[in-house]
Amino acid sequence: MGALTHLLDFEGWDRAQAENLLETARLMEEVLERPMKKVPALKGFTVATVFFEPSTRTKISFELAARRMSADVVGFSKAGSSLAKGESFKDTLLTLQAMALDAYVIRAPVAGMVHQAARWLRGVVVNAGDGRRAHPTQALLDAYTLLDDLGGLDGKKVAIIGDIANSRVARSNAQLLPLLGATVWAAGPAGLLPEDLPGARLTADLDEALEDADAVMVLRLQRERMGEGTLPSLREYVADYQVTAKRLARAKPTAPLLHPGPMNRDVEIEGALADGPQSRVERQVRAGEAVRMAVLYHLLVGRAA
Amino acid sequence: MSLLIKNARLVDGSGELGTADVLVAEGRIASLSGGDAARVVEAAGKVLAPALTDPHAHLRTPGQEVKEDLASGLRAAARGGYGAVLAMPNTDPVVQEPEQVQALLDEARKIPGARLFAAAALTRDQAGERLTPAALLAQAGASLLTDDGRTNEDAGVLARGLIYAGAAGLPVAVHAEDAGLRGGGVMNDGRLAAELGLSGNPHEAEAARVARDLEVLRYAVRKLEPLGRRPLLYFQHVSSARSVELIRAARAEGLPVCGEATPHHLTLSEDAWRDFDPLLKVAPPLRTTADVEALAGALEAGDLCAIGTDHAPHTRAEKERDLESAPFGIPSLEVAFALLYTELVAKRGLPLPVLIERMTSGPRRALGLEPARLEVGAPADLMLFDPGLERSVEPEKFISKARYSPWAGWRLSGWPLLTLVAGKEVWRDAAVA
Ligand SMILES: [Zn+2]
Repeated sequence: MGALTHLLDFEGWDRAQAENLLETARLMEEVLERPMKKVPALKGFTVATVFFEPSTRTKISFELAARRMSADVVGFSKAGSSLAKGESFKDTLLTLQAMALDAYVIRAPVAGMVHQAARWLRGVVVNAGDGRRAHPTQALLDAYTLLDDLGGLDGKKVAIIGDIANSRVARSNAQLLPLLGATVWAAGPAGLLPEDLPGARLTADLDEALEDADAVMVLRLQRERMGEGTLPSLREYVADYQVTAKRLARAKPTAPLLHPGPMNRDVEIEGALADGPQSRVERQVRAGEAVRMAVLYHLLVGRAA
Repeated sequence: MSLLIKNARLVDGSGELGTADVLVAEGRIASLSGGDAARVVEAAGKVLAPALTDPHAHLRTPGQEVKEDLASGLRAAARGGYGAVLAMPNTDPVVQEPEQVQALLDEARKIPGARLFAAAALTRDQAGERLTPAALLAQAGASLLTDDGRTNEDAGVLARGLIYAGAAGLPVAVHAEDAGLRGGGVMNDGRLAAELGLSGNPHEAEAARVARDLEVLRYAVRKLEPLGRRPLLYFQHVSSARSVELIRAARAEGLPVCGEATPHHLTLSEDAWRDFDPLLKVAPPLRTTADVEALAGALEAGDLCAIGTDHAPHTRAEKERDLESAPFGIPSLEVAFALLYTELVAKRGLPLPVLIERMTSGPRRALGLEPARLEVGAPADLMLFDPGLERSVEPEKFISKARYSPWAGWRLSGWPLLTLVAGKEVWRDAAVA
């Protein structure tokens, strides 16, 4: 297993690599449980969060993760920046590079922008979500949360529900969870299913996906899909695909319920379920910080070692 | 000034013509059996062919000279072995008035490069609504009408366009994609696009439009028949196996239709998209390897009658945007021949005369011109290339303003060494003494 140079997606990953990273995340979570939540692991490193698409949660999570390990952090967001004035994203990246940064955590609206960035930049690139393509740290934090509940993922059935075609969360989970032994089912309306989702079985039948599932992941429904015409009716979606207590009963009784947030209550998920005993939404946020600490550590220190 | 090209292997679209000493004088082929000349080029082991004709290039003039201009485009073409290039009218402003056509042709005559053929828009501002004056454009010297860059959504407008253009003796070229099905697709639709999280442009968008346009053509043929005229419908950059089938059937039926293949659709497949490089972004998109096979087969069989580069230069900064906002287009004038010689003739066994035919007489016939022949009296629009000379593609050395290429670093043979237009040298490689 070679050292990680960037984290763009899980192409070329094996089980040992995934388990190794999740094990580091576990050590990082111990740090988060201390009264003094800071270690000097990344002292002297500078991490940039470069967000070409707004996402307060992911940005805060990465910045906190870097700071917990004593890295310096600089943030760039598209809003109010020079990008709005027409500067190309390559120029933006090269300008940042001139500031001697070590890692670039990049959120991008289009698939492949992080791959382009990795070709241009000397530092390490962490994909914080590129278009519909990948969101690897989200999948890692989902895996981390599931392992907490289920102990291991071998032979476990994980159901992902919602707008699969447009979801980087679904794509990354479908790549990662089978590496850890899980069987992934993806369910959504026919017009929001991709032609293929490597690593997952596709179905338009919500009940089939939920049947006997060991864990359920509900995706955020983007209201833009209505304007695009790929989702004819929100009412129809809610009727057929909203995850409700009644439908969830098809899954294992203690199946953890995940959502990457932010949540549209009573659209993709019945409001009460979000606060119920099966919900792991808060757990996911905490796992996100630990996983992102582990990723930055592996990329910046693990590489030098 | 006279020129003697000695011991060259002569090949034109009609076949292999053996070895000869070709004398060029007063802009024509004066003899195939030697003679006295002011200058002699020793060409043993090299191939002399008619200079190529590109029926589809974007030279970006007027208005987008930052991407390409007539001088850079026509000189790049000459370097690529081309003696003539048909420039697309999707410029700024759009070429749609007779005066614009004349001005372009006049300007091009001053440039030591390939000849310019001018296309004009089929509809005003290429908006697909009101027709341009086909007869006046033909009189001004336009060679073809097209709204390339846009798709012709209104079948009625296209039908009337074919009728007026046909009456004026002009072919109509179409970028055949159904705009609705194509949507915002940036790459070939299918499992790979789904996996890469990119929006797909399905091959059905092309096939659906080809099928419709063939019916429109049938209608125009019927309407023109009493006038003793025939329209000609030219499908640009055909990219998929299904479209090829439709065109083959239409030709078998005798419909006046010609399909074009491009260097990129003949040599690259969607698999290259795993690199997420906007240099590969082109419309219609690169398809599957099965489509590439079908195109190569159709080219050999003659179901596709011409190779057009669809040379579409943009600035490097534009091609370094993200995959959604980067513009469509691949520049190829300077590599097209060596690329196709290497990939189709040397590697796949396509007969050389067939490749030459599809790059000379094939497109010329579509434009209503005489086939290009290596015979005494023919215009000395010639191209000499060396099948044994292997070099890497070096985009930084391109004459074109678009100094990048999806074939950068490819080892190719068959590079053009000498290009003549009316007997005048418009390209000479350093390898020619
Ligand atoms: Zn086109």
